[in-house]
Amino acid sequence: MRVTLKIWRQKEADSPGFFERHPVEKVSEDMSFFEMLDMLNDQLVLAGKTPIAFDHDCREGICGTCGLFINGRAHGPLTGITTCQLHMRSFKDGETIVVEPWRAKAFPVIKDLIVDRISFDRIMEAGGYVSINTGGTPDANEIPIPKANADEAMDAAACIGCGACVATCKNSSAMLFVSAKVSQLALLPQGQPEREIRVSNMVTQMDKEGFGSCTNTGACEVECPKEISIIHIARLNREFIKSSF
Amino acid sequence: MSLLKSVFISSIGKKILMATTGLLLCLFLVIHLIGNLILFSGPDAFNLYVETLSRVKPIVRAIEIILSLIFLIHIFFGSKLTLENRSATPQKYNINSAGENSSFFSRNMFIGGSILFIFLITHLSTFWYIFQNQHDEGNFYNIVMGNAVGFGNPIITTLYCIAMILLGFHLRHGFQSAFQTFGLRYNKYSGLIETVAMLFWLIIPLGFLSIAVWFGIVGGGY
Repeated sequence: MRVTLKIWRQKEADSPGFFERHPVEKVSEDMSFFEMLDMLNDQLVLAGKTPIAFDHDCREGICGTCGLFINGRAHGPLTGITTCQLHMRSFKDGETIVVEPWRAKAFPVIKDLIVDRISFDRIMEAGGYVSINTGGTPDANEIPIPKANADEAMDAAACIGCGACVATCKNSSAMLFVSAKVSQLALLPQGQPEREIRVSNMVTQMDKEGFGSCTNTGACEVECPKEISIIHIARLNREFIKSSF
Repeated sequence: MSLLKSVFISSIGKKILMATTGLLLCLFLVIHLIGNLILFSGPDAFNLYVETLSRVKPIVRAIEIILSLIFLIHIFFGSKLTLENRSATPQKYNINSAGENSSFFSRNMFIGGSILFIFLITHLSTFWYIFQNQHDEGNFYNIVMGNAVGFGNPIITTLYCIAMILLGFHLRHGFQSAFQTFGLRYNKYSGLIETVAMLFWLIIPLGFLSIAVWFGIVGGGY
């Protein structure tokens, strides 16, 4: 198949960006989206041009490094996957595919399609951890945790911090990300000692980073590659209210 | 974080203010609708209702002041949050298929709210203002049905109906959104909240609409 990419190019953070058109021939529908980009980059290199910069690492949907806004959707047209799990069979022969970086004030573009997500790291530094040495692996069932809580904590812990929630949110809100991190620890015994200070500090840092606020459109849970529910945002709100008294 | 700072400075706090004032406004809508439904009982009942309210004017005035404050907080923080959210997204996408992951009205609450604000001002400057300056106690019903500002005027009736449909969509997102903001959405209760929310976003605007349609379009009345 043959596709035309309308792709965002930006030399560096401060330079103005623009869209560039690249027809890509002989694309197999079994190729992943990134394999198609790799092929295009090979051609660009051979032609003496600068290849398109995009973030990727594990290419199996678990690291959270990749993230492209494809045809108006975070991680492309499918749900429950990262960009690296997207294949060319999801597109039509002859289609023009618009590829943009995540757009948010808190995620500035570094180059082409790569954005700086260090704001997420700073939110994690503000409290997204347990600051005690938990020692070796305890015996099973030594700390009893209800199955329902363990399941919900695990669902929240599935967050890979890719930033699709921010990218797709009309307000660039990081609430789904922060809620997953707060929720995961609020549900488990290990998270209890720092439960209140954690939510307070993480929300303060989130606001400081310039993310918008949540207007409950629910777009984030649709685009989240790990399908994290906005039920966790309700818990974050609850935890935040409790921590304020 | 101190309580005051949490409420007025943090993003979640400002949303809690929106949710609280929003739900209080919903409560007002219920009371307003119950009052308006008396129109179906005829001129005598409605005029008596308005006269009774006039007799307890100091209480009505106090409630009006509180209500205005609630409106102002809702409008002020709604605008503030909208501006802050715009500044969080300085560059828009070339193509954004937002329709595939969220509803139109959930994304345009500010625009919907702004149109409702224009309706509110018009509504106050006609019905409310005229009622304040009306001293013929048997005339309230006639004003509501009249050609000047009432349902006797097809343009007024049409605009009123459009505003009520918009109100429905504003409440559809707003009502259940308030519960999410308060953190009261649990998996086991989300069905219940959606049912109660539907009572609000559907029944309240339908109630107001029924009055406009019956008296303004069908031509019912006394």
